[in-house]
Amino acid sequence: MSDQSLKKFWKGARDGFPIFLGYVPVSFAFGMMATEGGLPFWTAVLISMTNFTSAGQVAGTSLILSGAAYLEIGITTFVINIRYMLMSLSLSQKLEEKMSTLARCVLSFGNTDEIFAVAMQQEGRVGTSYLAGLIATPYLGWTLGTVLGAGASGLLPLSLRTALGILIYGMFIAIMIPPARKVRSILMTVCIAAALSCVIRWVPWLSWISGGWSIILCAVAASAVVALRYPVADEEAMS
Amino acid sequence: MTDLSYVLVGIGVMALVTYLPRMLPLAIFRKRINNRFIRSFLSYVPYAVLAAMTFPDVLYSTASLYSALVGLAVAVFLAYRGKSLLTVAVGAAAAVFLVERLLEFL
Repeated sequence: MSDQSLKKFWKGARDGFPIFLGYVPVSFAFGMMATEGGLPFWTAVLISMTNFTSAGQVAGTSLILSGAAYLEIGITTFVINIRYMLMSLSLSQKLEEKMSTLARCVLSFGNTDEIFAVAMQQEGRVGTSYLAGLIATPYLGWTLGTVLGAGASGLLPLSLRTALGILIYGMFIAIMIPPARKVRSILMTVCIAAALSCVIRWVPWLSWISGGWSIILCAVAASAVVALRYPVADEEAMS
Repeated sequence: MTDLSYVLVGIGVMALVTYLPRMLPLAIFRKRINNRFIRSFLSYVPYAVLAAMTFPDVLYSTASLYSALVGLAVAVFLAYRGKSLLTVAVGAAAAVFLVERLLEFL
């Protein structure tokens, strides 16, 4: 690795540090849930290291704990994860065009919601070294939190555990609100998607739509409506 | 205790359906998309996804609706003031913890 790419790697790793801190408690909660449900310690850690996602792995793990069929585990997890196709498509427009296929295949593993959000906030194109660094620290945090949570399951009082449930949403809110405050079209996107999502959840004859599909529907509808109303200027969109 | 080979295959299935949606679009779409609508659409997707994941789920993420509402309000306030990810998340959790202790006395 040249000096320059090493420098970019460290910049990415530093930018990933807040995500690291956010991931530790969330994956801690996941590790606790997995071992409390009866999974061996090391399989809980294996899930975090091979999946590296929050909602999908929580849903999949609950299904494994309830003894569900492989097909149900696969479809449910896939539906929750379809949003990553949108995000990866979006990220594909942000990467340096010269990035190799191998690098794309490896780094795409780390395209989590938060890493995606931070990568998209960068000025200009994102390269291999920076993205690798940006993935490395959160991945460590996700693994570390799971190790601690899976090991400490039962040690934490219930009162603390219920309070930790809001952490991941706090992190999402911290990513959404500042740009929504500055840019009107982003504020509209957030409001429309949130409203639609509540409607799908609360209107009885829509409640058959599962969580994963709901996210996709809301995201596609809100982004499409706002894109029609507020098309971004050519360079401002991805650069 | 659940059967270990079942657990391992289940984990493999989960890992695969998590990796493929992340990998395929990145490996396939190398060229810049020129269509203005699609570019605008893709620039709004991250915010729409986060909003749809947060609402209304955040309201059910704690032991009671009241503590979740206070936690949400604290998170929005701190985020509006431009605080870091960690501050916002921990601030919301601390508010939830306090409200749930208070609720025990009511």
